[in-house]
Amino acid sequence: MLLIPCPWCGPRDEAEFHYGGQAHVAYPENPAALSDEEWARYLFFRDNPKGLFAERWSHTAGCRRWFNAVRDTATNEIHAVYRVGEPRPVTA
Amino acid sequence: MADSTVAVSMAVPIAGRRSPAAAYAARFEAASAGGGLRLAEIPFLTQVNLRVDPKSPAAERIGTAIGVPLPVEPGTVAGGGDLEALWLGPDEWVLLAPDGAAPGLVARLTEAAGGEHVSVVDVSAQRTTLVVAGDRARDVLAHGCTLDLHPRVFGPGRCAQTTLARAGVVLVAGEDGFRLLVRSSFAGYVAEWLLDASVEYAGPAAGA
Amino acid sequence: MSERSEPMSGAQPYRREGATGKTLRFRFDGRDYEGLEGDTLASALLANGVRAVASSIKLGRPRGVYAAGCEEPNALVQIEEPFPEPMLTATTVELCDGLVATGLPGQGRLADRPDPARYDAVHAHCDVLVVGAGPAGIAAASVAARAGARVILADERPEPGGSLLGTTETLDGGPGRDWAAREVAALAALPDVRVLRRTTVVGHYDDNYVIAVERRTNHLGAAAPADVARERVWRIRARRVVLATGGHERFVAFAGNDLPGVMLAGAARTYANHYRVLPGSRAVVFTTNDSAYAAALDLADAGVEIAAIADVRQAPGEAWAARCAGRGIELLTGHVVTAARGEGEVSSVEVSRREGGEAREIAADLLLVSGGWTPVVHLFSQAGGTLRYDEELGAFTPGETRQAVEAAGFARGVGGTGARTLRACLEDGAEAGRRALAAAGFAVPAGIALPSAGEEPAAAPAEHLWLVESDDYDAHFVDLQRDVTVAEVLRATGAGLTSVEHVKRYTTAGTAHDQGKTSGLLTSGVVAHALGVDVSELGTTTFRAPYTPVSFAALAGRDRGHLHDPVRVTAMHEWHVARGALFENVGQWKRPWYYPRAGEDMESAVLRECRAAREDVAAMDASTLGKIDVVGPDAAVLLDRLYTNMMSTLKVGSIRYGVMCRPDGMVFDDGTVIRLADDRFLVTTTTGNAAAVLDWMEEWLQTEWPDLRVHCTSVTEQWATVALVGPRSREVLARLAPGLAVDNDSFPFMTWRDAEVAGIEARVCRISFSGELAYEINVSSWFGLALWEAVMASGEVTPYGTETMHVLRAEKGFPIVGQDTDGTVTPQDLGMEWIVSKKKADFVGKRSFARADTSRPDRKHLVGLLPEDPGVLLPEGAHLVETSALPEPPVPTLGFVTSSYRSAALGRTFALALVSGGRERIGERLYAPVGADLVPVTVTSHVLYDPEGARRDG
Repeated sequence: MLLIPCPWCGPRDEAEFHYGGQAHVAYPENPAALSDEEWARYLFFRDNPKGLFAERWSHTAGCRRWFNAVRDTATNEIHAVYRVGEPRPVTA
Repeated sequence: MADSTVAVSMAVPIAGRRSPAAAYAARFEAASAGGGLRLAEIPFLTQVNLRVDPKSPAAERIGTAIGVPLPVEPGTVAGGGDLEALWLGPDEWVLLAPDGAAPGLVARLTEAAGGEHVSVVDVSAQRTTLVVAGDRARDVLAHGCTLDLHPRVFGPGRCAQTTLARAGVVLVAGEDGFRLLVRSSFAGYVAEWLLDASVEYAGPAAGA
Repeated sequence: MSERSEPMSGAQPYRREGATGKTLRFRFDGRDYEGLEGDTLASALLANGVRAVASSIKLGRPRGVYAAGCEEPNALVQIEEPFPEPMLTATTVELCDGLVATGLPGQGRLADRPDPARYDAVHAHCDVLVVGAGPAGIAAASVAARAGARVILADERPEPGGSLLGTTETLDGGPGRDWAAREVAALAALPDVRVLRRTTVVGHYDDNYVIAVERRTNHLGAAAPADVARERVWRIRARRVVLATGGHERFVAFAGNDLPGVMLAGAARTYANHYRVLPGSRAVVFTTNDSAYAAALDLADAGVEIAAIADVRQAPGEAWAARCAGRGIELLTGHVVTAARGEGEVSSVEVSRREGGEAREIAADLLLVSGGWTPVVHLFSQAGGTLRYDEELGAFTPGETRQAVEAAGFARGVGGTGARTLRACLEDGAEAGRRALAAAGFAVPAGIALPSAGEEPAAAPAEHLWLVESDDYDAHFVDLQRDVTVAEVLRATGAGLTSVEHVKRYTTAGTAHDQGKTSGLLTSGVVAHALGVDVSELGTTTFRAPYTPVSFAALAGRDRGHLHDPVRVTAMHEWHVARGALFENVGQWKRPWYYPRAGEDMESAVLRECRAAREDVAAMDASTLGKIDVVGPDAAVLLDRLYTNMMSTLKVGSIRYGVMCRPDGMVFDDGTVIRLADDRFLVTTTTGNAAAVLDWMEEWLQTEWPDLRVHCTSVTEQWATVALVGPRSREVLARLAPGLAVDNDSFPFMTWRDAEVAGIEARVCRISFSGELAYEINVSSWFGLALWEAVMASGEVTPYGTETMHVLRAEKGFPIVGQDTDGTVTPQDLGMEWIVSKKKADFVGKRSFARADTSRPDRKHLVGLLPEDPGVLLPEGAHLVETSALPEPPVPTLGFVTSSYRSAALGRTFALALVSGGRERIGERLYAPVGADLVPVTVTSHVLYDPEGARRDG
């Protein structure tokens, strides 16, 4: 049970959150202008690194805010959390 | 035809009204007989959900209009007595007031918003209020609440949206215990859960 | 318990003089015995001279008590009374009056009756969690607690003291266990300290989330109070964890090392000192280190004849050797035990010089073994810590960790010569407490008063011996519980396995209930020996939670029975119950399924309810539909982007049906959208998706379109909803709402009106999910029951449940998201091309409708099916094939049945199905394999009733 630091509510149990996958994958500006392959990449392709990963979480059982976290997928350590719209912070 | 400046909820007659945990009154009372714990429902409280940008002039006007500045520190409660504002999110509060206050409160909020983008929704029947109070209140809640309820951490003036057992709740700390705002459809489950969790603290009567 | 026989004469022949405590009666393997309060089942059995306690799982060899704690590899028992519990270790079962148990051959038996006891869980938080109330743990907890930190001290035994319980060591001039009891009692009296006895920490997870199991009333037997949870799971979040978990003694692989009477030396010492039980009369001691000398001397003091000590070393600790000489105990240095012999239990021990030569047979009924001590690093390893091999100790000790956890005392390898030293452990615990305080931000006290310990002899280095070499390894046991011998390990390495993880899986060593506590390192040692490498290179197998077995009942806690999952009910629920409704689970909701009258089965009740809705007037509790208030200047823009159809053109006062898709174009949810004002909508969702749709809206608003000025608020339970359906619904509504103009022109289809219904303020919507004239009446849920009762008061409205709702909607071909769709179905697949806007530049899912995959002609379409025999009801999920005889597998399937009902209106059965290219197959005959039969069906349009929509206006 991870302890996830919600940027608003502070540390809460992982069970209060929903996972939202890779962060910074924006909905395309004009989907109609994309090729099938480009659209499929948006729909179906995500990174899967071992190590630091910027990902989205939503504090569904709390303040219901979405935010981003940089988590080490190998150790589960969360190195930073930041609000939607903010750039990914530099982490060690 | 309704528009957004008019209260969504309407004044209602009292006859035939029934609160979500009404069926539990006697069992709550029995569980409270031991003295260390008090369980009860406070039915029909006014609850109005408010969403507004806290930095907007509307937020400030609303604070003035209701006499309670909207708390901006996460998980805190402002006001007291006849009007409390609970922080639910960075742009979301629930305002608590006595039974029957909803139409007036909705009107005041809407007027104070002055046409700015504000959401005011009467949610009085969406959740009911359960009281878990007394010396053993923290012990009972600790069976199903993952938050640290130590008075230094979650004392009077604090609130939190979290889960109790498997139900979402708004937990409000007071001087003598806690209030739980519970979704109406979950009220029976939470009541049953509280009664079960209280057995060790309330004597066998609670399990009846 | 009624047929209890008299206890045997000469009860407890192996009990030491001076043992005190209440006498308890128990039965084991059908025989009655007496023990003393404070006994474990193991100590009570030993006191009665019971040597063989269980038999081994594969070989059926007799096995006795080997250890004195949770590391016990042998003595597995089944408890029969007070309540059946399988597979407990006799060494951890506290004796209670009336206990009935049997020894097990490896596997237990689950109870065949429900467990009446309560179980629960508690969430706890602390600055410092100390695991283990031995000398190091108590010292750490004392330092932390006295500085004001919130401390939890958890220990698995009934009383504190840890290793002190088994020894005669003194602290502050008195017995060590008395010091432990005093210290812990003083700690427990502090306001922010919680002492958990009989509590085993079984799991250490991310962010110092620690799971412990407290056994609260098990030891009380039949006297356990019914209102106290029997076991409690503690879910502890600790800022800092100190693991003072001590060590487990390990044995050595030699022939016959599994015979009853062979016992770990430290365990024998604990039985003699703590339980006042002599595990035998005449003992041989076999050791690799100094620790067994203290055991031998304590047992000698207690009255056990020590026939000889075989020490593998040439140079044992001089002080210990001198003490033995003083007692006349024969010390055989440079010797090993080559075999334990006896029929069913040890009667003699064969020793020889380590390098070989003539063996000597010594008569003994007890063989005490010490192969050294292994720090208990399980939790440290679970927490993600690395382990490193300590050459001096001959064991793995904690290394690096990223969590706020450290080991203290012998768990960290303090002592270092094969066993712990008391003073070093106390000091190390206190230091760990200071570090924990500093890390948690507390002022660290300057001086720490530690108790004065007695002098301990200088220790000599241990020698790490894993096995006694032999020509025949068939009875050299490595894992006693799994009956794994050195011979099997050699087979594994002989087969080419070079990793202990592989050997573990090949031999099953370390996979029993004890997870190799006494044998894991031994396995590594034997493998290393076989491969000719060093243990440090080989490493250990992975430590995984739980540290000790946990009962399922404890894990379930109070989440069982009616509290297993939340039961959500509407404001009208009591009425449905009182009227005998059967309920269907829809998500967590209990929805009335149908309301059988006397003598009706489900089929006849549903046909009656359907007829009432189609021919007369009927009502359903529709309160469970999700409802979301969507408000703001950009509310219409948001809905246009999320629904496939246009919502911005909806007029205030009107209602529109809509479908939402995921970006991949697959249907996600459907419902109606009510426009309350220019800037305000009420969106309804399916019952099961209410939270998901609200989350969906928030996700887009917060993460993609923060510029949109829209707020969404759930009002699902603010409103209770009654669906009033049927040709006579208008007439009933008119009577209930005399102020409302109900004629079709004043109140047309897909509009809403505010009105007073039965004296209650209501919003009435003209929506139909059945094709009939119908209304949905919404009131504050406080008045839901009052409205429902008013609707039912005249007695002319038939209540109907979800089954009838399903039949009615299926007759009209209305799909249910999640039943007729499964996340791979587009609106077009459902025959709902009309709901996908061609005008909007974009909406979520639109781009995917231009993908080649979504226009494949063989996509599965929603169609109707009419079984050729109108009485045959197809099972939902039945597959559909093209041919009247099944070909050889793999059988090509065209699709499957998603909904299937008997229709009163059609006078026959029918089904909906997703069928490949289904719309092109209308009129075709397909076959549904049902059991051994191939049921012929005809493909039809999915709209089977009133395709013209003539009935909706009444």
